[in-house]
Amino acid sequence: MDIAVLLRAVPDPVEELELNDDETDLDRDYLGYVLNEFDDHALEEALLLKEDTGGSVTAYAIGTSDEVEQILVTAIAKGADAAVKLGDDLGVLDAHAQSEIFAAALGERSHQAILCGVQASDEIDGQVAMLLSARLGHPHVSVVVATSVTDAGLSVTKEYWAGITATYDVRLPAVLGIQAARQAPRYVAVSRIRQAQDSGALSEVDTVAPASSSGVTITAIRIPESGAGAEMISGDETAAAEQIVALLQAAGVGGAP
Amino acid sequence: MSGAILVVTEHLGGQFTDATFELLALANGLATSTGAEVEAALVGADVAGMTTQLGAAGRVLLIEDPALESFNPHGHACVVAGLVADREPGIVLVPYTSTGMDMASHIASRSDLPLVSYCQSIDASAGLAATCQLYAGKIEADVSVDGDRAVFAVLSGAAAAADGRRDGSPTVESVTVEVPGGTSFTGQVEPEAGDVDITVQDVLLVVGRGIESEDNIEEVAELAEALGGAVAASRPVVDQGWLPKTRQVGKSGLTVKPKVYLALGVSGAPEHVEGMRDSSTIIAVNTDPQAPIFGVAHHGWVGDLFDLVPELADLLEGS
Ligand SMILES: Cc1cc2nc3c(=O)[nH]c(=O)nc-3n(C[C@H](O)[C@H](O)[C@H](O)COP(=O)(O)OP(=O)(O)OC[C@H]3O[C@@H](n4cnc5c(N)ncnc54)[C@H](O)[C@@H]3O)c2cc1C
Ligand SMILES: Nc1ncnc2c1ncn2[C@@H]1O[C@H](COP(=O)(O)O)[C@@H](O)[C@H]1O
Repeated sequence: MDIAVLLRAVPDPVEELELNDDETDLDRDYLGYVLNEFDDHALEEALLLKEDTGGSVTAYAIGTSDEVEQILVTAIAKGADAAVKLGDDLGVLDAHAQSEIFAAALGERSHQAILCGVQASDEIDGQVAMLLSARLGHPHVSVVVATSVTDAGLSVTKEYWAGITATYDVRLPAVLGIQAARQAPRYVAVSRIRQAQDSGALSEVDTVAPASSSGVTITAIRIPESGAGAEMISGDETAAAEQIVALLQAAGVGGAP
Repeated sequence: MSGAILVVTEHLGGQFTDATFELLALANGLATSTGAEVEAALVGADVAGMTTQLGAAGRVLLIEDPALESFNPHGHACVVAGLVADREPGIVLVPYTSTGMDMASHIASRSDLPLVSYCQSIDASAGLAATCQLYAGKIEADVSVDGDRAVFAVLSGAAAAADGRRDGSPTVESVTVEVPGGTSFTGQVEPEAGDVDITVQDVLLVVGRGIESEDNIEEVAELAEALGGAVAASRPVVDQGWLPKTRQVGKSGLTVKPKVYLALGVSGAPEHVEGMRDSSTIIAVNTDPQAPIFGVAHHGWVGDLFDLVPELADLLEGS
């Protein structure tokens, strides 16, 4: 099975976020980017599917920044057969624009399964997987936690809530939004990543700036007042532990004082 | 704004989810400011009997087909998208849940409507505007929508389910549609019972990605047991295989309301918060002062969980 996996660099969630001057976007000058966590699972599931059935995995990402390149090279090191950078300096794109670029790039290729992360934390105008499935006219399932190959296509497990899951037969080609792979994403040694850098498996395809408009404009952003309703405990860990034990006792848990 | 307010309902095993009633409550609030009618889309097989639970809607648009008996990702998305294309509602409210995630983008794309995701409130009094959460709850955004129609994928908690839970006899209109193939339901799997039921504990110590490794969980688990409670976790800890799924708090895990919920290295993403925000006392420990968990906690300490846990253990052993 020939599988595409779409990988997205998102602002590193552990970094402190700062706003730009007019407070409509993050200050992106010093922002670090990392692979969207759900995309790491999408890549893992794609590699597992390839191990099940043979075929190939091609990783795609929009952009040519160092971070994007690093993400794609890492995907090759983990086992992707090829990786493709789409477009040059297209700026910050919303989900509609991204789905337009992917639809154009993937429409010409014959991938049977297109795996995306279930969501990325940084756009407001929709989920790329489902926007893409609508554009390509492919069936889709989102919030997927496992896939397996059947005679007719794929069987996928989708998570509902409270631990309840459902299984579906899916006709190919299809687009899947991956929430979690069957197993935790694999690690790869830095030496393998260095080898992948020189493997020649990474290519670049020119892309025209998309015409799509999402119709949604961010007019202002803010960092929510942290601890708005919370009483913040001050002091070192000893002081904090004492206060927390007092709170436990006040709530009547952990035995009587 | 033109057209009705359409709520896309969600149900499992013959029961509507809370998300459905939250959206109906939200829709009724918007109806007051716009004068628009509230409609509900009910999709399934043999579900006409459920319409009386949708008293908070003026009209139910009923789509029944054997292929839609259980939630069918591509099928449901396409039939609701067809309904929206046909009837042109002004506002479409989709829950930002597992089923809604299959539908919202499809509906918007098919009718070329703007979609506002991660939405926590909507203002339709002058044009369409909303507030949303971005970056897993670290940023709040005000957005405005071009034109006078849009789809909103609404986060849990945007309105009170109790306000939308009303029996009644809304007008029922059956709609016939063709269900496309592509995805078909083959079975539902209930979760296995875990060794511990985290929904009945008085105290939960909840570890997030900040716990860093499986080995580090042991000390927290012992502490939780010493307190007569249990250790629970956020999703990444479970996805790593460090704790079983039955210990997961949140959207796709369990909803918990312990007397004390102590978060250790949990950021407080909206999907986690929806499973714990009704706990009686929430205490959060996180090295990041911007962590959204501090926005829902009653008490917080900015610091390292690895410094705190041994101190807690010492104090509790001593008592
Ligand atoms: C459809 C869907 C369903 C989901 N369902 C769930 C669900 O049921 N439950 C759930 O939890 N998530 C769920 N998620 C995932 C959710 O979006 C977040 O990714 C997840 O909650 C983040 O978990 P976390 O807080 O442990 O990790 P992170 O967001 O990575 O946060 C780790 C935190 O630990 C802090 N930290 C690091 N080191 C330390 C230290 N030494 N001491 C103290 N603090 C430290 C960091 O500052 C950070 O705030 C779902 C997502 C989707 C898309
Ligand atoms: N610029 C991008 N490059 C590569 N993949 C992307 C990009 N944008 C979105 N995706 C994919 O679409 C998924 C959903 O993203 P989103 O729609 O932004 O929530 C991501 O997890 C990726 O798999």
